Amino acid sequence: MRYIPNSAADRNQMLSEIGIDSIERLFAGIPEKLRLRRLLDLPKPLTEPELIEYFQSRAAKNSVAEAAFVGGGIYRHYIPIIIDALISRSEFYTAYTPYQAEIAQGTLQAIFEFQTYIAQLTGMEVANASLYDGSTALAEAVLMAQRISKKNRFLVARTVHPEYRAVVGTYAKNLGIEMDLIEYETDGRIDLEKLERQIAADVAAVVVQSPNFFGSIERTHDISEVTHRRGALSIVNVCEAIALGILKPPGGDALEERTADIVVGEGQSLGVPPSFGGPHVGFLATRERYVRQMPGRLVGMGKDYSGRAGFVLTLSTREQHIRREKATSNICTNQSLCALMATIYLATVGPKGLREICEHNILKTDYAVNEIGRRTKYRAIFPAPRFNEFVVQVSGDCPYGLPLSHLYPELGNAVLLCVTETVRRHEIDAMVQRLPS
Amino acid sequence: MSDLQRTSAHFSVNERLIFEEGSPGRRAFDLPALDVPAKAVHELIDPKLLRDDIGGMPELSEVDVIRHFTRLSTWNYHIDLGLYPLGSCTMKYNPKINERMVRLEGFAFAHPYLPSDRVQGALEIQKSLETCLAEISGMDAVTLQPAAGAHGELTGILMVRAYHESRGNPRKKILIPDSAHGTNPASAAISGYVIETVPSSKKGTVDLDRLAHLVNEDVAAIMITNPNTLGIFESEIAEIAELLHSRGALVYMDGANLNAMMGITRPGDFGVDVLHINLHKTFTTPHGGGGPGAGPVAVKKILEPFLPYPVISQNPQGAYFFDYARPQSIGKIKAYNGHFGMHVRALCYILANGAAGLKEVSEIAVLNANYIRAKLKNAYALAYESPTLHEVVFSDRLQERKDVHVWDIGKRLIDYGFHPPTVSFPLIVPGAIMIEPTETESKQELDGFIQAMLSIAKESEEKPEIVKTAPHTTRIGRIDEAGAARRPVLRWKPEP
Repeated sequence: MRYIPNSAADRNQMLSEIGIDSIERLFAGIPEKLRLRRLLDLPKPLTEPELIEYFQSRAAKNSVAEAAFVGGGIYRHYIPIIIDALISRSEFYTAYTPYQAEIAQGTLQAIFEFQTYIAQLTGMEVANASLYDGSTALAEAVLMAQRISKKNRFLVARTVHPEYRAVVGTYAKNLGIEMDLIEYETDGRIDLEKLERQIAADVAAVVVQSPNFFGSIERTHDISEVTHRRGALSIVNVCEAIALGILKPPGGDALEERTADIVVGEGQSLGVPPSFGGPHVGFLATRERYVRQMPGRLVGMGKDYSGRAGFVLTLSTREQHIRREKATSNICTNQSLCALMATIYLATVGPKGLREICEHNILKTDYAVNEIGRRTKYRAIFPAPRFNEFVVQVSGDCPYGLPLSHLYPELGNAVLLCVTETVRRHEIDAMVQRLPS
Repeated sequence: MSDLQRTSAHFSVNERLIFEEGSPGRRAFDLPALDVPAKAVHELIDPKLLRDDIGGMPELSEVDVIRHFTRLSTWNYHIDLGLYPLGSCTMKYNPKINERMVRLEGFAFAHPYLPSDRVQGALEIQKSLETCLAEISGMDAVTLQPAAGAHGELTGILMVRAYHESRGNPRKKILIPDSAHGTNPASAAISGYVIETVPSSKKGTVDLDRLAHLVNEDVAAIMITNPNTLGIFESEIAEIAELLHSRGALVYMDGANLNAMMGITRPGDFGVDVLHINLHKTFTTPHGGGGPGAGPVAVKKILEPFLPYPVISQNPQGAYFFDYARPQSIGKIKAYNGHFGMHVRALCYILANGAAGLKEVSEIAVLNANYIRAKLKNAYALAYESPTLHEVVFSDRLQERKDVHVWDIGKRLIDYGFHPPTVSFPLIVPGAIMIEPTETESKQELDGFIQAMLSIAKESEEKPEIVKTAPHTTRIGRIDEAGAARRPVLRWKPEP
């Protein structure tokens, strides 16, 4: 086998140094009745050229072009070439978790930079080293809020990504957590007065998403203010992280009562390919005073014993390898390489580039909405301001976007359409033309 | 230069934080010109919802970005540079073709929300991997949804719970041997279970008689690692499974150590009901500096109804689709269907090996570990005399006499050009040194490591100070971790 260096001669020499005559002897501790005395039933081994043929033919069976107007939590943004050039360095992608700080400073500094970028984007004080993805990050945020508030009831907007809500439900159901839904209004957003009435004294936290699953931009600061007034914590979820380049971040208000307590989300938009759903990169940011309730890895700055500055995994007494069943989470990893992709993405586009990308998303989406209004009988049904997604009710099968009938049956035959900066005007025109008449 | 110490002084370029680099006006990125009518954004979105500039974000050129991250990269140890003897982590070579295949446009840009007839290739990849993993583990069905090993544990235990609930009683306890990985109790706790610890015997395995006293109708399952974290095969595993099953409890296996047994023995054949498999260990998906991983879960028929939804099914014409009609499912454990990028890599590795190749992988992984054991057992105290498979655990008992501890030995190895082994785990071995070389190391690389370990044993006797203050060849020395945790600095901030 080409990935195993030792030849038959090497193996024999090693066996003789061990003092045995066959490899089989090394397995003597496994009872004979448990041994598999046949070969596994697997496809015959393929050479490298055969593997390339195998995978190319499968890749060709996936339609990439038709994904252009599909979003729903996974967005197609342009990915600068240098990201792949840098993350393809073995030094990054074949390295282990940076437990040995002296020989992992590259990974550690890059994570520290990721934490800083996420804190800047969300307007929060601190962020962790990343979590599996947005959906599990939201589940961890709910568990974190339960620990902080010692309460069990959560209000979750129906406009939070339906799969995220499902994941939160799976995590929460054995921990005494109860979830009530917050309805959306005809403008596609939450009504603040109704929300305030809905927050009873036993509510641990209010969970909203912005831009929400319909693409509408929520008034997260007003929501945080109302939530805090009723004594609950404010959790804001962000599936479309690019939008943080232009929208006022959930943490970014001069008044503390108008800022969120936990901001979580998905960083896939920041230079990570859709990859049929993963791997992506979840993030979690919060206030400094909640740091010890945070799940997941954290990198901190420190000094070695000669006073040289360096980075190290820190506050690990929260984690499972020390605390076992009393840990803040069972998480034992982060998404380092995807976090690195996001970090390189943000370094590459810079603050101006990020804002321009956001503007192109907003303007192209606006163009698509207007063209649909002008040239078809359909309308974007929610008038609230939008970033790069919107909902249209159509008659008949729509060849574009994500059908919503199974997720929001009350919307009838609706689709969620997405227009990012990667879509050209002529593609939007062609899409509008092909909508069912 | 001696053969023994294979590191030498080498320049590495200092680099500030990226937030301290660049200058206003630099760019590394240009957008194509806007091809729709230009408008001011505040005409479309209430200005109160828009942000000011993002303070502190640097402006950089393409060269700045490349230099910055390239310089950082040179500060890392990595598997392409040399042996990573981390016990329980299975740090093996990551074949380059895996990386090339996952970047094919049809995989990298496939969207899971396209209709299934537009993603048949992706669905076929996932189904094929499920089939291979079921055969390798001897199980009946597989979910690829969990994102990592610990996430797989959570998925598996939630399924155990759902199984018991479907029979009227979720039960209360999960039994976990004291040698287990810390994620096991943490995963069981967030599934709503109480943990009871099973003490290990003098042989380093689960003590069947003592276990018999712990198993009752309150026990939902045992979480067992086999071979265990000492590298020892639980030779009474079939009897353990029988004992649990006789009281209606299930057997969860932590599959972290599957690299020891492919084609040799199968969890499904020795009584396991559910296990997770770490694709980033046994199946060569890269560790990426700490993720992403992937933790598929394989189950026996009795647990199949409880798999997270969707599962991949085939219609009568043979077309694949995501099947959501799963009334007994535990629900979703992650959005979409897992880390597809890792699934492509793992399948590529399995297809490259075939059945005979995977058996050879396990045989040589075990040979390499036993070679190290034979060569080091006079210089370091073996934690247990029982035969071991793919890894071996020593302790620092002999070195401790000179006040040299396991942590020092690991750090000193860095000066010899190797990554330290897993240290201080499993917790039942004081001063544990846990070594797993994997099959992708040559005899020369193993000999270099052995010589380094023998040399450190000698140094510990003759000049312990050099070991206790190691490493001496790195950019920075040991970090004051307690100091870093006392006043945590978790982000950069602009100078006030």
